[in-house]
Parts: sequence; structure tokens; C-alpha cells
Amino acid sequence: MENTRRYERLLDRYRHGDVNRRTFLGLIGASATVYGVAGGPFAKFARAATPDQVRFDGWGGIVSEAFREHAFNPYTDKTGITVVDGTFGGADEYLARVRASQDGEFNLAHLSGVFDYSRYHSLGLSSELNEDNIPNLRNVIPALQQVFRNITDGKLSAVPYDYGTTSIAYNRKFISDDEVKEKGAKVMIDPAHKGKIGGWSDWKTRIWYGALQTDQDPNNIEDVEAVWDAIRANRDLVLKYWASGAELMSLLAEEEIHVTEGWSGRIKALQDQGHDIGYYDPPGGLGWQECIFVIKGSPMEACEELLNFMLEPEVAIAVAEGQNYPPALDPRKVELSDKVKALPAFDPGGTLEGLNFFDADYWNSNEEEWSKQYSRVERGY
Amino acid sequence: MGETAGAARPWILLSPALGAIGFLLVVPVFFVIVYSFWLRSATGAEVPGFHLDNWQEVLSDPFYRDILLSTLRIAAITTLSCAVLGYVPAYFIATSRTRHKTLLLLLLILPFWISYIIRTMSWINILGVSGALNQLLVATGIISEPIQMLYNEATVILGLVHFLLPFMVLNVYVSLDAIDPNLADASRSLGASSMQTFREVTLPLSLPGLAAGGLLCFVLAAGTYITPLVLGGPRDAMFANLVFEAIITQLNWPLGSALSIVLLIILGGIVAVYNRLVGIGQIAKSFG
Repeated sequence: MENTRRYERLLDRYRHGDVNRRTFLGLIGASATVYGVAGGPFAKFARAATPDQVRFDGWGGIVSEAFREHAFNPYTDKTGITVVDGTFGGADEYLARVRASQDGEFNLAHLSGVFDYSRYHSLGLSSELNEDNIPNLRNVIPALQQVFRNITDGKLSAVPYDYGTTSIAYNRKFISDDEVKEKGAKVMIDPAHKGKIGGWSDWKTRIWYGALQTDQDPNNIEDVEAVWDAIRANRDLVLKYWASGAELMSLLAEEEIHVTEGWSGRIKALQDQGHDIGYYDPPGGLGWQECIFVIKGSPMEACEELLNFMLEPEVAIAVAEGQNYPPALDPRKVELSDKVKALPAFDPGGTLEGLNFFDADYWNSNEEEWSKQYSRVERGY
Repeated sequence: MGETAGAARPWILLSPALGAIGFLLVVPVFFVIVYSFWLRSATGAEVPGFHLDNWQEVLSDPFYRDILLSTLRIAAITTLSCAVLGYVPAYFIATSRTRHKTLLLLLLILPFWISYIIRTMSWINILGVSGALNQLLVATGIISEPIQMLYNEATVILGLVHFLLPFMVLNVYVSLDAIDPNLADASRSLGASSMQTFREVTLPLSLPGLAAGGLLCFVLAAGTYITPLVLGGPRDAMFANLVFEAIITQLNWPLGSALSIVLLIILGGIVAVYNRLVGIGQIAKSFG
């Protein structure tokens, strides 16, 4: 029986004197407790995912603003479906929230990297997209799709949306282009810059750069102890490991640090603001791709419609220009704007062969051990 | 029958509060305790069961012990700093004869109207390389180049003192305000100097407030997470940062639960000792 009907029948019985006031209130209270704990009508109110609305969570800041202005608002105007726009501080934090939620509470997420896609899939949080409902998917760079398909048996739980690099950002006032080119990733373990080096506090990035600093392939590390030693060397020279794009920009702009790894879009934003910040992709530099992931239990058709809308060339290009990351659209199929073509990390060939990505299987298989070990190394061990 | 009903009445009246505490505090802590005996699988999912692995790791690994000791040390320094810095304004407000005493108290709680994170981050604009202090020092010729003041243990303690000082001042103020002024007058009339009066009358009578403020400052400082993240360097993590990392970054909820319980037990033990020596009711006085 439907819950509202149950309540109406109970109310009728109370009004007709079949149950007294105390029993009526007791039953209401008990049902509220049961449904609140088990998930029922109250949980349904808490969910954002009803057929007339979907929830999207992203990185906030200029990225969210770009999505809201160029994708969500026009989508709502066109379809009448409201997009509940949430943000998160980091992918790990968001995953913890999703795991603690009920099915359908979170729908679409702007996830970073194949690594996260794989983690969500491993935890049983992946959905299966009906690609017929997303015709604009054919404009997306095939290489970006394929890495996801490899994880989910040829199907997709997400659409690739943008990509970028995490490479070396440096203040030209203190470090020359030639020095960075000569030293590559090792510039961040050069004692000459002690106290003026920064870095992302992400264990994967630290290990990736540790591998580059010890001349190893980050996707096939043979001497992990040498990598830990490189991370220790970096740690002893670092002023601050930053935890967000805003902190990265602040540290560089305020000249607290002179060199760090940086996200291409954020560095472009700094350059656009007039800061003389150089950006260099060292050999083996780190590329990444972001996707819009649909979480299991979401209203699929509404989500697919939004994904298709977000992949409309004019929408994807506008978002890309807003957030400073190239769109996942294949430049061989879609004419991209000059501004997009000038973005760092942009690949005019549409193959992304020049970028290096995390090998999801390799990194996932080491995640438990390495993330824990990094926590110790960062603290002086 | 009537006697039984009378005895039950306080419990009936208390039941909403007890129910809320039970659901919002006791039950979640119980779940955390249960979680601490589970294991994390390779995918990040939990493996239910009764395993002592997490507890064994937390209790035997010097990494956790060292960070815990460092956390308690930072909390102790913060508390001491708050006591020294907080006593003077509390004494001033309590003994002031100004009509604007309420305004002074309002100014004391004014910082609470601003987000804790914003207040913490404000130090970056003050102590940063291009911050206000460095600019002032360079402009006045005291230093020729900006000096690095941020991202070390000292700035973590500074941020914590900034955050916790009002708690100390309020507690000490309440304690000082409750002292009968005739006691100090009597002391002076018997020949004691102002300093002797303070040392032998005012200070001992204000100790419960100092202790209450100290407890609040210590517990809040030991459980902090944001301040070392924003103002600390790579090695300045506190115990709560390890809990965050275990739960959020490593997705190891069972280990994070065990770490949480360790912190809870230690801080709970400190509160229990305080209650035994001073009485927890002292804290309630400062909140009205």
C-alpha cells in the first residue's frame, strides 16, 4: 500500500474515534522512526533525484559557475528539469559522502581521472548509460572513452568531459624557463629552492613525480623505495603541500612558493590575471581526464538527457572556456574556438598520445599500501 | 502507585533529551566502535567481523603514538598560551567599572560570528610573504626582504590561540566576576599589597574558571583539524588529520574509527579527571 494512503486511513480511523489520540500520535511517531532509519517517505524528501530534478556535484568555484551558466540554466529552461547544483572539496571527500548516502541521493558527479571511475565501479556505484540517449557522445575523443570502457566491460557509466595536465608551474621572476627545462621534475628536489617549493598533497601525484625524479616509469615503478626517498627529499624542501586549486593559486600569486606542480587550467587563470607564471610539461608529465559520472540509482533518462545537453558543442565549448580546460570533444569532428585551442594541454590531433595517464589497474592495486605509506612519509617518516 | 508515578516523572520529562542524546551521540559512537573491528578490503569496501588488526596497528605503531603525543603537546602549549593571554582581558573586564561592560563582552564573542576557516585563513594575509606584517617590516626598514613566517608549528599554535582565546576569557571572566569584591578590600585592609591580594585571594578563587577554560581549550585544540591543514607545513599534522586521511583519503573507515575512538578515550579521560578534581559544572557557568 502506498504510504500516503496508509496515513489517510489512519487519520480517518482517528477522526472516527476508532483510535485514540495517544495511539494515533504513537503510530505516526513509530512510522517516522522506522521510515527515517530504513529509508521511506522521509528519505524520499531528502533525495534530490526525482524525475523532475537531478543532482550534480562538482568542484565549485569557476568550474561550477561555468556549468551553471552554460549548461544547467539553459538545460532547465529547455526541459523544465531542475539541476540541484552541489559542490565538493575533493574526490575522496565526495566518495565518502556518496558511500554514506542512499541510492538516488547523488546522481551526477564531475569526477577526476580514470582512477576514480575505477574506484566507483569497484564499490558498486557505477550505472550503465544508454548511449542511444546520448547522441553527442559520438563527438567525444575515442581515446578518452576507451579507458572507461575497458573498466566497465565495454559500457560507460560516465561521459568524458574535459582533460588537462598536472605539470610544473614556476614563477619566472625566480626560476628561468631554461632551468626548468634542464632539470624537469627534479627542479622540485633541488635544495637551491628550499622553502619555496610547493606540491599537491595528493599521494598519487607525489608518487608520480617521485617516479619521474628517480627516472622511472610512473605506471611501472620498479624501485619504490627510491620513490619514497625522492618524496622525502621533496618533503624536506617544501614549504606547503596545497589541498585545493584556490590554495595553489594563492601560494603562487602571493609568491609564497616559486615552483610546484599545478593544474593547467588554474595556471592559465593565473597567467590571464597577469602573473608571470611559466608552465612546463616535463617528459612523462601527468595528464588526466575528467568525466561526468552517473551514480547507481539515479534517474537514468533525465541524467542521460543532461549529459547529452552538456556535450552539445556550444555548451561544452562555453564550459571549457569558463574553466580553462579543453573539452573532451574531438577536434577532428567539432570546430573548437580559438580560445579553446590556446588552452594548456590542448591536443589538436585528438588522440592524446602525447599525454601520460594513470594506469587505473596498476594504481588501484597499489592504492591501499601507497596511500597509507604516503601519509607517514609526508609526516616525517 | 502514586509514588511510583512520581519517581518515573523525571525520567519521562527527560526522555526527549535522553532520546536525542541516545540517537545522536550514543548510537553513532556505538557504530564507530563496531566499525573499528571491521577490516578494509582492497576495493575500499568494509569486511564486517571481529578483527583486532586496526587496534593492534593503532596501539603498536610509533607513527600514531608520535602524532598523538605531538597533538597533546600542541594542545597543552595552546592552552597555556590562552591562559596567560586570556587572564588579563578577563581581569580587566571583570574589574572594570565602565558602563560598557556588556559591549566588551560582546566584542569578545564577536569573532564567533565569522567562520572559523575564514578567521584561520586571515593569518595568511597577515603573516604571508606579501602579507601585512612583512610589508610593514620592509617599509619601516627593519628587514630588507620578507621573511617566511607561515606554515610551521608556531603558526598552528597561533591559529589555535586565536580561535580558542575567547573560550578562556569567558570562563575566567565568569569566575572573576563571581568573586565578592569585599574579599579583596578585606585583604588590603589587613595590610596586603595589591600583588599579594591578587596572588593569595583573587587568583586562587579564579582557578576553577581557569581550569574550565583550560579544559575547553585543550579538548578543542587536541581535536582540531582545520588549523594545521591551513597554517601548518607538511610535518605539522595533528591526530584529527590522521582520522580524516584514514576515512576520506584512504577510505579506511575501520582504521579511522579506531583512531577516532583512541582520541575520544584520551580526551574523555582528561574530562573525567577534570570532573573529579574541579567539577564539570564550572564550564556550564560560563555559558550562562
